[in-house]
Amino acid sequence: MYNFDFVKPASVEDAVAALSGDEAQPLSGGMTLLPSMKQRLNAPATLVSLTGIDALKGVCRDGDMLVIGAATPHAVVARDAAADYPALAELAGQIGDPMVRNRGTIGGSLANNDPSACYPAAALASGATIVTDKREIAAEEFFQGMFATALDEGEIITSVKFPIPQKAAYAKFAQPASRFALTGAFVAQYADGARVAITGASENGVFRWSEAETALSSNFSADALNGLAASADQMIGDLHGTPEYRAHLVGVMTRRAVGAAH
Amino acid sequence: MTKVTLTVNGRSMSGQAEGRTLLSSFLREELGLTGTHVGCDTSQCGACVVHVDGQAVKSCTVLAQDVEGANVTTIEGMANADGSLNTLQQAFQDHHGLQCGFCTPGMVMAASSLLAENPKPTEAEVRHYLEGNICRCTGYHNIVKAVMAASGQDVSDTVAAE
Repeated sequence: MYNFDFVKPASVEDAVAALSGDEAQPLSGGMTLLPSMKQRLNAPATLVSLTGIDALKGVCRDGDMLVIGAATPHAVVARDAAADYPALAELAGQIGDPMVRNRGTIGGSLANNDPSACYPAAALASGATIVTDKREIAAEEFFQGMFATALDEGEIITSVKFPIPQKAAYAKFAQPASRFALTGAFVAQYADGARVAITGASENGVFRWSEAETALSSNFSADALNGLAASADQMIGDLHGTPEYRAHLVGVMTRRAVGAAH
Repeated sequence: MTKVTLTVNGRSMSGQAEGRTLLSSFLREELGLTGTHVGCDTSQCGACVVHVDGQAVKSCTVLAQDVEGANVTTIEGMANADGSLNTLQQAFQDHHGLQCGFCTPGMVMAASSLLAENPKPTEAEVRHYLEGNICRCTGYHNIVKAVMAASGQDVSDTVAAE
């Protein structure tokens, strides 16, 4: 890893100021950033740790929304979101391993937008709002393809607002070495219809499976998906699975999620 | 270089760290606590697990400066006050829960977190919790047996891996 200056501000304002410097990058849990820096794929001049900012931490209920601070670790979401949004808590409890869940954060995961990460599926399927130091961004606009988001240079996610669904579930086919999703499906039923988001499968990152949403909005059951198949076009092909295999998993994992929804 | 001060195994300890100094390197090279092992250095194998403010973390993927002031427990802090092995460590010895021993510090630190959260885990829960700790000797069966025994459960009928 190339060396860098390390700063750890205690407020969002100080973090934003520190990030205005040349080649400065935010560091949250570091579960992806630090390994990529070790490989010298990334070499910031300054790392601005966000883990010392108490205002970015915690899970709280606000009416029909669950608001999660961006620097809240997965293990805390798994515990503190369980009563209000169990499917989201279960997703958080399946990320990585216990040590990764103690460090990795929801804001870091969303800002990185790894095409195989779990949280983007929950955010997109829930129609979540990503709140930053400057504005609020709807999940649809936030995710802009593999590792790409609507965030500007130096913009920090401060919290994520999840509308709480009537029922929901996440079904993940884990890649056993990385524990990322080879393909994962998050389904959520709301009063105005069902939403389905797929991670791990597409070269364009997380996406909504609109045909399944239409079918599930009129009949929220696995049977409603009979005959529906996702296209292998633009699916990821690598040593773990072909595009056709992933396209097949999209259907399988969506059915499992619908069956498990609660 | 910046001075970093931690409370390690109950003692205040200081050393110098660059921005990029990992907690694992800081513990081993600056504080001389070489019980924390670095296996893969890519946060997969879990040999470097320590507790930071009571939470198990992979110390090869935490910056030393990021945990300034924290309470850190390493394998060196696990023994009883008189120097004898604690219950979990003794169970690893009694049930041959180590072969080459390289992964053992991380296994003990992860397993102690499990038992703090879940004092009577099932065998499946132990295996699941230790997912982030790799034993290159593949000696998992006796590691799981040791953790079960340390939780006070009878392991006399445990004969084969699932």
